[in-house]
Amino acid sequence: MRNAFADELTSLGNDDPRLVMLSGDIGNKLFDKFRAAHPERFINCGVAEQNMTGVAAGLAMSGMRPVTYTITPFCTTRCLEQIRTDAAYHDVPVTIVSVGAGLAYAGLGPTHHACEDIAFLRAIPNMIVIAPGDAWEVRAALRAVMQQNKPAYIRMGKKGEPLVHKGRLENFKIGESITIEQGSDVCLLSTGNMLPEVVEAAHALKAKGVSAEVVSFHTVKPLDEKRLQDAFSRYKLVATIEEHSLIGGFGSAVAEWIVDAGIAPKKFLRFGTPDAFFKKSGEQEFAREQLELTGHQIADRILHKLA
Amino acid sequence: MNAAYREPDVAALKARAAQLRGTVVTMCHDSSSAHLGSSLSCLDVLTAAYWHVLNIDPANPTDPDRDRFILSKGHAAMALYATLANRGYFPVEELKTYNQDNGRLAEHPPANLLPGVEAATGSLGHGLPIGIGMAVAGRIQKRNYKVYALLSDGENNEGSVWEGAMFASAQKLENLCVIVDYNKWQATARSNETLMLAPLAEKWRAFGWDAHEIDGHDVGELARRMQTLPNGSGKPVALIAHTVKGKGVSFMEDDNNWHYRAPTAEEVVKAHKELGLL
Repeated sequence: MRNAFADELTSLGNDDPRLVMLSGDIGNKLFDKFRAAHPERFINCGVAEQNMTGVAAGLAMSGMRPVTYTITPFCTTRCLEQIRTDAAYHDVPVTIVSVGAGLAYAGLGPTHHACEDIAFLRAIPNMIVIAPGDAWEVRAALRAVMQQNKPAYIRMGKKGEPLVHKGRLENFKIGESITIEQGSDVCLLSTGNMLPEVVEAAHALKAKGVSAEVVSFHTVKPLDEKRLQDAFSRYKLVATIEEHSLIGGFGSAVAEWIVDAGIAPKKFLRFGTPDAFFKKSGEQEFAREQLELTGHQIADRILHKLA
Repeated sequence: MNAAYREPDVAALKARAAQLRGTVVTMCHDSSSAHLGSSLSCLDVLTAAYWHVLNIDPANPTDPDRDRFILSKGHAAMALYATLANRGYFPVEELKTYNQDNGRLAEHPPANLLPGVEAATGSLGHGLPIGIGMAVAGRIQKRNYKVYALLSDGENNEGSVWEGAMFASAQKLENLCVIVDYNKWQATARSNETLMLAPLAEKWRAFGWDAHEIDGHDVGELARRMQTLPNGSGKPVALIAHTVKGKGVSFMEDDNNWHYRAPTAEEVVKAHKELGLL
């Protein structure tokens, strides 16, 4: 996702002289092409994320299109007040792009885990919150936010995640989910970098005779309410899957919507991380397994719930 | 000295500052609000800025080439409102709606609501980074505007101020000026007894700024200094303006009770007399 972001950013920067890239002293070599092409529009802001976000707001107030970038907790939680007050309250087009969402940087420990950012950012008025499912969705999301005039958050995994889409997404729309696989029994609503696991879960379910629809719910805010209406009316079980706390994330957003829309869901399951810090060493795959977020574990729990 | 330098009309600026002080004292009484002392200490800076230094047109408040002034110490909103109204951004009559239900003049300056307010402030330590972003935008867009940010001394407690200070000097933002309203008090105590600011000018200098200590009530000197951007040093400029909290009203000066207290009707009359307005 990371390399796709840098590549798409360079391409967008070539076309739009308003685009300014602000990095929090990460991405060594990642932005070399952008920096070479637009040296005055690439700024390493150092390890000073509050200032970086305020600077981005000032740039946006002056007609520019700034993108801030660093590891998820540092460009979200670290400078949450600047996001809220400087960018969102002024309703200016600051785009926050984070790398290492959820447990992508599991091995770096809980300081670098990001399982609360969706909760924080979706509570802020005016904010758009997007968690792309693969590198193609990252590219499309970045392109889409640059075409509108609002503060936005794009939450990426890291580098090298499996691709789910086959190529460039021409019809990507903010707030409009994408059906990845069609099915008739259960509907799996995935957000962010869990998408490949969810596809795997669907395949495991198929092997057990359960037909699963897979939806990439890349936008957490605004929610694709039409798709939710459809999912809860057609399937005997709907599940939300995210690499984020069960408190306040995508699953919470859907649960809130269910109550407000007066829906009586047949069966509803939320997959996410628990209300606990994950302190053990190990990489993302290990952490997912421990937290029962692998494709097979997801499939097993769905089968249990259906039984 | 830059080409646009003009000698200020000091007598006119002094008269304007006194008038604004009277307006602010009245606003504070009428609304029973806080922050009178902080508003009075920074009014000479605002007067010099809006009546001599800034290249602005109140009839065209979003002109992309305008100079920007950010009241980072947003709790002095009364001083900003009195200034903007008298400078022609909105009717002076509207000052009566300060802190009233359904008005545009809240106790801290709002976002995207009132002409002339460049940035909503109130949470401290935000105005400088926003101003830096505006200064960087001016450089990218090759516009010649200048950016001014007025900070309180207590605001220098915030880490984001020093993040911005290091960033602005690394970026050589010589179109940027910080004015610190150094009135030696913060909300509940002496500023140097809360977090040690002194030596404040030396701190800004150490962070790569061209820093000067000036009398923050010498409105002529403020006007002269603030218009010297860019100064050819390749550095942003910090003016450490030594001020008195509650300046202009003898019984409010250097008395921190006026951080929260509002004057009675009798005290308003007494203050107006002292300011030469009655």
